[in-house]
Amino acid sequence: MSDDLRFDVDALLDDPTTHILVCCGSGGVGKTTISAALGLRAAERGRRVCVLTIDPARRLAQSLGLRELDNTPREVRGVRAAGQGALFAMMLDMKRTFDEIVEQHADPQRAQQILANPLYQSMSTSFAGTQEYMAMEKLGQLHREALADNRWDLIVVDTPPSRSALDFLDAPQRLGSFLDGRFIRLLTAPARVGGRAYLRMVGAGFGLVSGALTKILGAQLLNDLQTLVAGLDSVFGGFRERAEATYSLLQAEGTSFVVVAAPERDALREASYFVERLQTDAMPLAGLVLNRTHETTAADLSADRAAGAAEVLAKAKQHSLAASLLQLHAERMRLIARERHLLERFRRAHPRVSVTTAAALAGDVNDLDGLRAVSSDLARPS
Amino acid sequence: MTPAAARRPGSDLRGVRLHVVTGKGGTGKTTVAAALALALAADGQQVLLMEVEGRQGIAQLFDVPPLPYEERKVAVARNGGDVVALAVDPEAALLEYLDMYYHLGRAGKALRKIGMVEFATTVAPGVRDVLLTGKAYEAVRRRQDKDPVYDAVVLDAPPTGRITRFLNVNSEIAGVAKVGPIKRQADSIMELLRSPRTAVHLVTLLEEMPTQETMDGVAELRSAGLPVGAVFVNMIRPPLLRGVSLQQARKGTLDQIDVAAGLTAAGIGHSPHVVAALLSEAGEHAERLALEKQELKALKSLDRPLFELPWLAEGIDLSSLYELADEMNDQGVA
Repeated sequence: MSDDLRFDVDALLDDPTTHILVCCGSGGVGKTTISAALGLRAAERGRRVCVLTIDPARRLAQSLGLRELDNTPREVRGVRAAGQGALFAMMLDMKRTFDEIVEQHADPQRAQQILANPLYQSMSTSFAGTQEYMAMEKLGQLHREALADNRWDLIVVDTPPSRSALDFLDAPQRLGSFLDGRFIRLLTAPARVGGRAYLRMVGAGFGLVSGALTKILGAQLLNDLQTLVAGLDSVFGGFRERAEATYSLLQAEGTSFVVVAAPERDALREASYFVERLQTDAMPLAGLVLNRTHETTAADLSADRAAGAAEVLAKAKQHSLAASLLQLHAERMRLIARERHLLERFRRAHPRVSVTTAAALAGDVNDLDGLRAVSSDLARPS
Repeated sequence: MTPAAARRPGSDLRGVRLHVVTGKGGTGKTTVAAALALALAADGQQVLLMEVEGRQGIAQLFDVPPLPYEERKVAVARNGGDVVALAVDPEAALLEYLDMYYHLGRAGKALRKIGMVEFATTVAPGVRDVLLTGKAYEAVRRRQDKDPVYDAVVLDAPPTGRITRFLNVNSEIAGVAKVGPIKRQADSIMELLRSPRTAVHLVTLLEEMPTQETMDGVAELRSAGLPVGAVFVNMIRPPLLRGVSLQQARKGTLDQIDVAAGLTAAGIGHSPHVVAALLSEAGEHAERLALEKQELKALKSLDRPLFELPWLAEGIDLSSLYELADEMNDQGVA
């Protein structure tokens, strides 16, 4: 790997103008581990870091001291921080974040009504995009806190586990455009304007639509829904503005994206989509982390030679241990070749994206030492 | 597990009409669902394989062009039997559903115009899930001349983290809508999903996170009263070290001189760095096997039929689907 294509992780973390790092990638590639490892490394190099995790594995969460979802960053113990460095971590509580927005934007009585609505309860946790929206919302909040009192100067965000990494960018807008859409206006219309204006707005389709909705949802449910939507109405304006503000935060100077992928076809395809999207939206890409790659210190012994030698020994019925080890090595070399091939394909499509790798480990990363090992792997020069 | 079930794990699956296949991302859920459909179709059965996440994973696996929202035969199983595939498009399913149950006709189009269809299918996954489970329900119950059209329906379902919510969505709906057609529909879907005619299978790897998710998933399904089917352990690699060598590899005490001599005997010389590399690779292999053993033990404690599927070095194509299906048939899926 030539030097200019190597993703220089330390340069990124040490750069005082780096304020937000967003780790994206499809589900199951180790985003949470990579974000925690980057956060820990930055703290141990003197940054004041807050890591926002979305859905960490239980033991990783414990190693960060996150025993419960309390939606507030807590300082992580056991960090060998340099200088002013410190590491804070928090786990996103989607519902609580949602509740807080409602409480901030609606008057107390109305907020109470909304929070108590049974439909709100299911909507606040189950709408597609809520998790992404709330992650963005929380990011914006942490960023404002950072500006206010320098509590931290680098925020590392892990993105929600979704099939597509693009969801993180698209879901909040999708939710926003829905909140802005005709369906919602139709539902809120009776409460707002009523009567004839309502009729005019939806035109001739009105009878049809209202009949259909009543038929499908039942009058009671439709009524509940209208009450909720009318109640949320005051909050919606706030939602949209904030979604837009946070989205622009992602385009601002000081924000960089780290795309995480596993050396597998699907994960790299997702990474490709994401890289292209960042270019389209003029969002800065710091580099690609290829997580869980395989390595060897005997690359000079090829898969074919090792497999051939194993066969010779097996036929001669001698040195069965050496034969097994040769077979193991042959398998590993083939795996490495496949992984390299996938990476080469990615590089051909995105020749200017810098890349670093982290080696596959037999077990999962469950403690700070494990995170340190991952991060020094990420930062080692090629 | 009874001794009989232990011998033939598949015997638990008899009588199941709806096979829901879930698993953590990256475990090969879609591959297992496809192979299961092939295995169930063997000997002249008709099986519908449904995907609901808009990924066109089935088309890729069976090497056919992207599937429209339409049932299409994609493969013939051993000894005759068809796998018919369906990629469910939520929007089309919504309009179909509205039409089927509410006879809405033009009103359906009006709903689309005001954005309700988009809302229902992209923003509110609850509605989406109602449609998708509703479609599976319809396929299971569909009859022609009093006989079921499909002997079995295999649903390539959302991942483990969302499966309970996905399957349980109808009980939530039934809770919110206290009367009316929605409630009736939701109740009958729940009745099928909670009955022994449904089995929720979990696909996993012998790795920490997928195993943990499987354990959590089973606990969630059980507490929601949903029938847990089998556990499919995917991508199992044959151990290359056994017994004493395995223990020594783990402890780093393998006989270097023996290995070096073996390399010489095989004609590739014994440069020290190669010997060292082989020994450390053996150590990693041993560590991995030890972890796998631990995960397998945990999975067995779930007391569910367990199918073990081999890792296929060459990746997955149509012929490897048959290979996996044969493997399932051999282990008792019928």
